[in-house]
Amino acid sequence: MSADLTRMSAAELADALAAGETTSVAITQAALDRIAAVDGAVHAFLHVDAAGALAQAAASDARRAAGAPLHALDGVPIAVKDVLATEGLPTTCGSKILEGWVPPYDATVVAKLKAAGLPILGKTNMDEFAMGSSTEHSAYGPTHNPWDLTRIPGGSGGGSAAAVAAFEAPLALGTDTGGSIRQPGAVTGTVGVKPTYGGVSRYGLVAMANSLDQVGPVTRTVLDSALLHELIGGHDPLDSTSIDQPLPGLVEAARQGAAGDLAGLKVGVITELSGDGWQPGVMARFTESLELLVKAGAEVVEVSCPNFVHALATYYLIMPCEASSNLAKFDAMRYGLRVLPEGVDNPSAEEVMRATRDAGFGDEVKRRIILGTYALSSGYYDAYYGTAQKVRTLIARDFDAAFEQVDVLVSPTAPTTAFELGEKLDDPIAMYLNDLATIPANLAGVPGISLPSGLADEDGLPAGFQVLAPALADDRLYRVGAALESALLAQWGGPLAPPEENLR
Amino acid sequence: MPEISRDEVAHLATLARIDLDDAELDHIAPQLSVILESVASISGVAGDDVPPTSHPLPVTNVFREDVVVPSLSAEQALSGAPASEQQRFAVPRILGDEQ
Repeated sequence: MSADLTRMSAAELADALAAGETTSVAITQAALDRIAAVDGAVHAFLHVDAAGALAQAAASDARRAAGAPLHALDGVPIAVKDVLATEGLPTTCGSKILEGWVPPYDATVVAKLKAAGLPILGKTNMDEFAMGSSTEHSAYGPTHNPWDLTRIPGGSGGGSAAAVAAFEAPLALGTDTGGSIRQPGAVTGTVGVKPTYGGVSRYGLVAMANSLDQVGPVTRTVLDSALLHELIGGHDPLDSTSIDQPLPGLVEAARQGAAGDLAGLKVGVITELSGDGWQPGVMARFTESLELLVKAGAEVVEVSCPNFVHALATYYLIMPCEASSNLAKFDAMRYGLRVLPEGVDNPSAEEVMRATRDAGFGDEVKRRIILGTYALSSGYYDAYYGTAQKVRTLIARDFDAAFEQVDVLVSPTAPTTAFELGEKLDDPIAMYLNDLATIPANLAGVPGISLPSGLADEDGLPAGFQVLAPALADDRLYRVGAALESALLAQWGGPLAPPEENLR
Repeated sequence: MPEISRDEVAHLATLARIDLDDAELDHIAPQLSVILESVASISGVAGDDVPPTSHPLPVTNVFREDVVVPSLSAEQALSGAPASEQQRFAVPRILGDEQ
């Protein structure tokens, strides 16, 4: 029974709990056993809170026995990316500078999980401060892709995606600044959603680039993402960029989509997100998925977004500028690491800051802070940051024009399947190219989903299908995503799962 | 757009309060030049008439009523401090010897 529980979706677990067929303690214990069995190889978790999760599970079972569950997902365990503050649990952001830090408060999304009764299994691995596309920039060692342990799980949220892919957790939270939920979803064969900017609170999310960051669900099914998205979404007075209006019905949209009828829906294939450099197996699965959308009744047309070719460069100016400013708070004064410079008698606060930030930050974080400092400095501000902000306007206008013609836009989520660990570690530009298709959504603030489209012929590794919708129309992601998912599942005869023998 | 020199990187590192040793400077400086070269492609893409976007939402100031709400206790706020003293953060000296 225990093995079966780890394979069930969150929606199935919620139904089983409601029917009294299992308990939260049994589900949580099964997840913890699975973590103990495979996480030595996968390394999805930085911290596992077995005792805390089991205590929360027992409390959930008591509530349910008393006939008072807090939420449909009460008792379904979840993993949380280590960039979200969790009261009483370490929060490192994958960085040495926060090693051992235990936040005195919860991020709003974490408070919502607790208020709904979801046991928190632990904190998942990530690129340091969410800077990366492979989770190799974690100060605590990389996460391994459950499909092939020699390959990257994507990033920055490789830990959350791998945990879900390897059946260590039914649900996880991620964050997406340029693709950190969607690209790991694509390369691990899982589902990930970046909500509309402002749709989910960022309070307690350690910011990389605050005009781009967004918290979202990481799951194995589209319906599970909808359930989790509805739980974490909504207005939060503690986040001044939080949108003060109700979410559209996401779960309802996913259930409607799963019925498979997309009649009347217009789908736009983004011309600029294909061609040279896109792996043939990824493109083949993408084209087949398009055919399934047509079979479901959708009309598919090609749409050009000419400024998307500038999205990567725009992002790699705006993001470091915001990051360099956000990471100034790691100053060795109020929390986190404090390193005294060697051989300096009675060092000044500035000397301590410099020594601490050198010892506490990894290469990629240093690169981005220095790049941002440069692009924001007097004499360069207009040429770099100012120019990038203008191109950001053009990219948003491309979306506006495209959504006048179509209901959703689609592309492969990432240009390739998972590459080998180490392959691009010291070549920042090659690493950045992974986010080519996911970045435009962050720049414009629109929502996006990635779901598995199948395995590439060349390497047998998962490929991702991305759907983008206008701001606040997150429900369209779920309608289209669920329709495609159900058509693909019918074709495959069941969900994709990494070969079990690879995990040992 | 200009190439970024090793000396310039050293200066920026000082501004950003990061001690970089020679080996790190040798490693990072050429990488930054490559990155800058590849992002330079956007210069000239947008005309002067295009307004900048700093944020995806058209938000201005967000206000709330000026009322007291629960907040962290001093103990909680200091719980992660490298050093504290009398309910305050204890920090290294901030003035030079001559001051």
